[in-house]
Amino acid sequence: MKVSDLIIALNLHLFCGDDGLDNEVSGAYVSDLLSDVMGFAKEGEVWITLQTHQNVLAVASLRDLPAVILVKGLEPDAEMRQHSEREGIPVLGTSMPTFELAGRLYMLLKGME
Amino acid sequence: MVIEQTYFIRGGDFSHAGDASSKVKKLLKQLGVDARKIKNIVIALYEAEVNIVAHAWEGMIRISIEADRISCTLEDKGPGIEDIGQAMVEGYSTASKEVREMGFGAGMGLSNIKRNTDVLEITSEVGVGTKVYMVNYF
Ligand SMILES: Nc1ncnc2c1ncn2[C@@H]1O[C@H](COP(=O)(O)OP(=O)(O)OP(=O)(O)O)[C@@H](O)[C@H]1O
Ligand SMILES: [Mg+2]
Repeated sequence: MKVSDLIIALNLHLFCGDDGLDNEVSGAYVSDLLSDVMGFAKEGEVWITLQTHQNVLAVASLRDLPAVILVKGLEPDAEMRQHSEREGIPVLGTSMPTFELAGRLYMLLKGME
Repeated sequence: MVIEQTYFIRGGDFSHAGDASSKVKKLLKQLGVDARKIKNIVIALYEAEVNIVAHAWEGMIRISIEADRISCTLEDKGPGIEDIGQAMVEGYSTASKEVREMGFGAGMGLSNIKRNTDVLEITSEVGVGTKVYMVNYF
């Protein structure tokens, strides 16, 4: 599944990083702790978080994560947007809280939706 | 073959945290190092780099790549670590409230470094600074 497929299926907002719309998504990782994601996320997992600053993009890029999804209507700050464009890693958004988004994404990726 | 690089790190400068690690990652990719090895190195180096930004005043990263290994030395001027054993315990952190609000300060960095390096030596002097030396074999 590609990032663009997620956007359509879950009606996500695309803030920035259009160059990465074809990035492949194999799973997801939910965490707001950067060292947790750094140490334990796997390549290909989209990152669901409420952190809206550019260090998120630094970690996403170093760990080859295809996209970041911000929950609860949160928006990326200016530096995060720039970093996203530079790296070609899309930042997406939803008004859903983490639990709901993660549940729907789980069903989608496991072919249940 | 020996490739050596030096990067300067400013304490508190979170907008550039990870830049040095990112450059090293690109270099290792160009050199054709195995992707799993690059992953280990990048995790360890990023955590050590961010520790300088989060906890110290300034520091230097020196890396040296040889045919069979990369050695990274991160030396900082900063408060130092009083009890390295305690600092290594997962969950232990002295990070400020501001740093924790950004999602750092879980106390996982040093454990990540330990898990992803073949050699790790940390030495520190309180009030002076900290030196982290790590080696990964390809
Ligand atoms: N370079 C350093 N200078 C001074 N103290 C340090 C340094 N590196 C680590 N420490 C001390 O060791 C503690 C644990 O470090 P560790 O990297 O495991 O966690 P953290 O940086 O607090 O949080 P995280 O890495 O999960 O964001 C720090 O909170 C700090 O007290
Ligand atoms: Mg740390």
